[in-house]
This record gives sequence, C-alpha cells and structure tokens, in this order.
Amino acid sequence: MKRKLVSALVCAAMAATMLVGCGGGGETQADAPAADAGTEAPAETPDADAEADAPAADTEAEAPAASGETISVGIINNDPNESGYRTANVRNLEETFSEENGYATQTFYGKENDKQVEAAQKMIQDGVDYLLISAADVAGWETVLQDAQDAGVRVLLYDRIVNADESLYEAGVVSDMAKEGETAVAWLEKQGLDKYEIIHLQGQMGAAAQVGRSEALTAAAEEKGWTLVTQQTAEWNAEKAQQIVQSVIDSGKSFNVIYAENDDMAKGAVAALDKANISHGVDKDVIIMGFDCNKWALEELKAGNWNYDGQCNPFQGEMLAELIQKLENGETLSEKLIYMEEKGFDATEITQEEIDQFGI
Amino acid sequence: MGNNTAKKSGGSSFFADLTRNQLFIPMAALLLLLVFNLIMDPSFFKVTLGYNSSGNPVLSGFLITILDSGSELAILAIGMTLVTAATGGQDISVGAAIAISGSVLLRMLCGTNTRPETLVMPVILAFLITCVVAMLFGAFNGTLVAVFGIQPMIATLILYTAGRSIAAWVNNNELPIITEPSFAYYGNYIPGCPLPTPFFIAMLCVIVIALVLKFTTLRLYTQAVGINEYSAKLNGLNPVFIKILSFVILGLCVAVVGLIKVSRFSTINYSVIAKDIEMDAILAVALGGNALSGGKFNMTASIIGAYVIQCLTTTLYKFDVQADALPAYKAVVVIVLVVLSAPIVREKLAKLMPKSAAKEVA
Repeated sequence: MKRKLVSALVCAAMAATMLVGCGGGGETQADAPAADAGTEAPAETPDADAEADAPAADTEAEAPAASGETISVGIINNDPNESGYRTANVRNLEETFSEENGYATQTFYGKENDKQVEAAQKMIQDGVDYLLISAADVAGWETVLQDAQDAGVRVLLYDRIVNADESLYEAGVVSDMAKEGETAVAWLEKQGLDKYEIIHLQGQMGAAAQVGRSEALTAAAEEKGWTLVTQQTAEWNAEKAQQIVQSVIDSGKSFNVIYAENDDMAKGAVAALDKANISHGVDKDVIIMGFDCNKWALEELKAGNWNYDGQCNPFQGEMLAELIQKLENGETLSEKLIYMEEKGFDATEITQEEIDQFGI
Repeated sequence: MGNNTAKKSGGSSFFADLTRNQLFIPMAALLLLLVFNLIMDPSFFKVTLGYNSSGNPVLSGFLITILDSGSELAILAIGMTLVTAATGGQDISVGAAIAISGSVLLRMLCGTNTRPETLVMPVILAFLITCVVAMLFGAFNGTLVAVFGIQPMIATLILYTAGRSIAAWVNNNELPIITEPSFAYYGNYIPGCPLPTPFFIAMLCVIVIALVLKFTTLRLYTQAVGINEYSAKLNGLNPVFIKILSFVILGLCVAVVGLIKVSRFSTINYSVIAKDIEMDAILAVALGGNALSGGKFNMTASIIGAYVIQCLTTTLYKFDVQADALPAYKAVVVIVLVVLSAPIVREKLAKLMPKSAAKEVA
C-alpha cells in the first residue's frame, strides 16, 4: 500500500516535471512571436520586415533603414546593489535600451559568473540580436561567446572585458582606470605644492579600479620624490579609511594630501580630519581627492570641502546604442576597445549643471 | 609525601587558577599587545584633549580609537556569545543584518525623500522600529535553527547572501543622507563630551546584559540547552524557545550596532557597511575562550576578546603593515591566540605551570 502510494507520487512528480518542462518550452516559443507582434503595432513596421525578423542574422543586411525596427537586446550586468557606480550603470542601460527607444530588452543581473553565463545561453536561445555583457569574472565566457557567434548573435562587452578571443565579440566599451589615475595625478602635480606628503587609501586589492588608480600615484611618487606617508587598503570602506587616517593623525605624522580611490574612503578620511580639527578642501591644509563622482561627493567639491573628484563613467548606454546603430547600418567597427571619456572635476571650477549631469 | 603534594599545589595553585581562568587568554593577549606597543612606541598610550572642527572638546589617541571602534564588536560579541552557547553554532549573517537595520533606520528617518531637511520621526521611534525588524530577522534565523534543526551557519547563510540586497531594496536602492547634525551624535561625539558616544552605548549594553545574567535565569537556561538539549528538555526547559531567544537578543545587538554604524557617517553603503564583521564577532567569542560548540560561556571574556581584536587592528594600522599583508599578520596572531585559548592547550599549560614553579622552589 505504502509502496503504491510512493510510486504514485513519483509518477505524479515526473508528470508534473514534464508538464512544467513543456510549459516552459512552449512559453518561450510563444514568447518570441508575441514580442514581435507586440512591437509591430507601435513601431508600425511593415509586415514583410517583421516576418524577416525571425532569422535574426538576416535582417540586418535587409533592413538598411532601421529607424522603425525593433532591436532585441539581452543585457547581462552585475548586481545593481554592488555600488553607486553599478546602480547608475544599470539604470543608464535600462533607460537607453527602453521600449520607447525601439528596443525589446531582456535583462539579467547577478554577481555570480556561472549564473550570468546561463542567462546568456538562454538569451541566445531566445534569439536576441545583440548581447551586452558586463561579466562578473573574466574567465569562462569563451564557449558561450562562440555559441552566440554561431547563432548570429552579436556580442558587445561593456565595463569589463573577458578572457576570450577578440573575434568573438564586436567591441568592448570600458573605463580606462590607468588613465583615471593619470588624470588625477596630473591634476595633483599642477597644484604645485611645496611638499607632497600623501595618504594613499587604496581600494580592494586587485580590483581593476584599484590597480589603475594606484599605479599612477605610485609611479609619480617614485619619479617626483613625493612621500607616501601611508599606503593602505581600506577596501572601499569609509570606516576603515577613517581608522587608517586616524592612526596617521595619532602617530603625529604630517601630511597634506589624501588620495582616496573612491568617494566613500575620502569621506571616511574627512571624518577623521574633522575630529582632529585639521582643515581640508580648497585653500586649506589638506587636499582631498576622491573618485567615482557620487552626487554627494560633487556637492562636497562645490562646497569647497574637497578638492578633486575623478570620474568613472558608468554611462555606457549611449556609446553602446551608437555601436549597435553602426552595426545595423552594416558598418564595421574600427576599434575593439573603446574607452569612455572620463573627466576629473576641480572644486574651483565645478558647476551645478555638472553635478546634475555627472553625479551618480 | 602528603605534606609535599599539599605544599606543591599550594605554591602553584595561583598559576594554575590563573591559566585555567577563562579570562586569562584574552587578558594575556591584551597585555601582550599593550606591552609590545609600550616597547615599540610609548606614544601609543598618549591621549590628548583637542577640539574637533565644530569646536567641541574631544579626546584623541590610539586608546580612544580602540574604545571607539571596538564598541560595535563588543556589542555584537554579547549576542554572538549567547547564540554560540545555546546552539553550538554561529550566526554569519550579522553583517548583512546590520545593513538591513541601518537601511530600515534611514528609511524610517527619511521617508521617501533621500535628502530630508528634517527627520520624519524622532530617532528613538525609528530606532525602536529598527529593533523590532532586526529581532524579527533574528527570530527568522532562530526558527530555522531551533524548529527546523538546520545548522546555524547554513541557516544564517540565507540572510548572509540575501541581506545586503534586502537592505538596498528597503531604500529603493537610493543612498539616503541625513543632514540633521544631532543624528551624528550616536556614532561620534555628543557636544561637550570628550569621549565617543559608541563607547557609552557599548558600556550600557554591557551593563544591561550583566544585570540580565545576574537577575534572570538566562545564563543557566542557555548553558543547560547548550550542554545537553535533551536533558534540558527533560528538566522542563524549552530548548526551542531558548535558542530563538538567543537569536532575538543578537538581533537586538544588531539593531544597536546598525544605529552606531549609520550614525558614524549619517549615511549607508549597502555593500561595505559592517563587512566581514561577523568573522570578527565569532573570533571575539573564540578569543574569550568560549567553546564554539556551545555550552558554558563567559560574557566578560568575549567582550574583552572584542577589544583585543580592535587593539590588534589599530596596532597593525599604526605600524603601517603593508596593505596586502595585513590580513596575513592578523591571521597569524589569530591562529596563535585561538590555539592558546583552546581548552586542550589550556589544560596542558595549567599542568606545565606548576612544574616549572615547583622547579624554581627546588
């Protein structure tokens, strides 16, 4: 009796799984035409074009005037909560590839590489025209990119490049972290201080942003004889930064520059300075430098409490859209790596418009 | 013969008692660190009275920094000790839970506006709501552990993974900033008082838990459940309730720490706030010589353990230990301390001490 019950249950479970499996498959199949049909009406696409839409690879050649065409895009990004940068990045891409702009977009956000790869596989099966990827990890993407190429899906990388053959993706849109560091160091040199005694607060060791931003300063310090009073990782953390700077103050060492590799750490440093009544900012004792251009940080800049903030540009959407438009028009992209334009803001020059435009 | 042994134990019982005392290891570690600092650079002990940028008198110096920054850890150590004792496992979600608490607190204070001119509700009311939320999350962990019998570390892994996302979701992924200066008092200084507020909050928590342990049966019941759940049950205790209670108390500690953390900068960063603090909190319990498998516990030892960890961190910062090497140094020191505080080693040490003492006498 009991055995019968169990076997009946197992049968039921198996049947359910099959049903679910079929249902899932059916849904995705049903989804694709539905999406097409949905976009037809608002976009007023001629029927012939919509039919040609199905084999994605063909359409690009056949539709030179792609103004009214809906382009399906798969976006893979990291966890939006990771940082202010990521939040702004996710929002920017969602805004750019919106329905109003003529895109049918599906998204996946996750901090785990294998989940991202899975999502990419699914998007390829769904037959997206373009796959936009910001990978959590550099490794493990070769196969899925190959699959994309075989399926005629074009891949654009953004923010982070993966370890895969260049021919597998059309282009990568990235920040040049080393240049961010160089811009900041060049600005610092221009200040023409009598002596350079710098507290260097580093990000998480090994992160691209840390390596790029540290390299420039370390090199400059060696070359120009600047003193690095302390060079310590605060792991992007305001509180650790505060403790490190506090420790330098308690030791009685003198310093006149704080080079923090993100805004949070600069804020932590400033808290320690405030506690010890050390003045900081424009024309004060200590120069404060931060990165990432958070809105609140730029406001500190405008108020003269900080001196410099380097941008790490999360607004890759426009550039990606431009590249897609080029590819749609049948052009080939001349460069594999496209660097975002990134500014450095000086407290004495920053305007409210800039804060609104560039603050994240 | 009998006389001889009596003399022997009499002469060495002081050392034996000392090394067997649970406070020995954390105190010795603290002393060692302080002596090391005294030899290397006595300025470690210098405390100066200065004024901060808003003109209030503040004491500063390494010792003050330790008292200040160690507060959160000391508060967490209280809850973590109880959880460890009752369940024989640790809660690894406290960092994430602090993020949630901080986020809830800010949400309550700011409403939907991320840059409020004035606070929506009094801080005390927002804090009470935060306490309730944090205790609910504690109860969630506790239920998984006590009712469903899941390993504490696995049960709390859920919140560990999801907590920071929940925290971000509470505030709609925005980063609220509070401009109201009085909110910063909890994590910094009350004007006119030269000692950091977190220290007072920590001391308040310590006093409260000391009174609770003295005047209630919490200690007895927790230890009974931790030592032998089955016999505790036979004696009429409710192990499920005691275990959940320990997690709820930890939740309360988390809410207090959340208030301090958020107040320090009047804002929050979901991904880094109180990052890895659970490891330090567990370490504080271990350093205090408490068995991580549960049972008897010594609250004082855990709290001292927390300050030892902060003392170590501050010392490493002071000596400018190379950035990437810092965790390695910490690990080495931690290994030594934890091995020393293991009951087996302590037994050995206790046996070793009288021998050497007896030799000296001879």
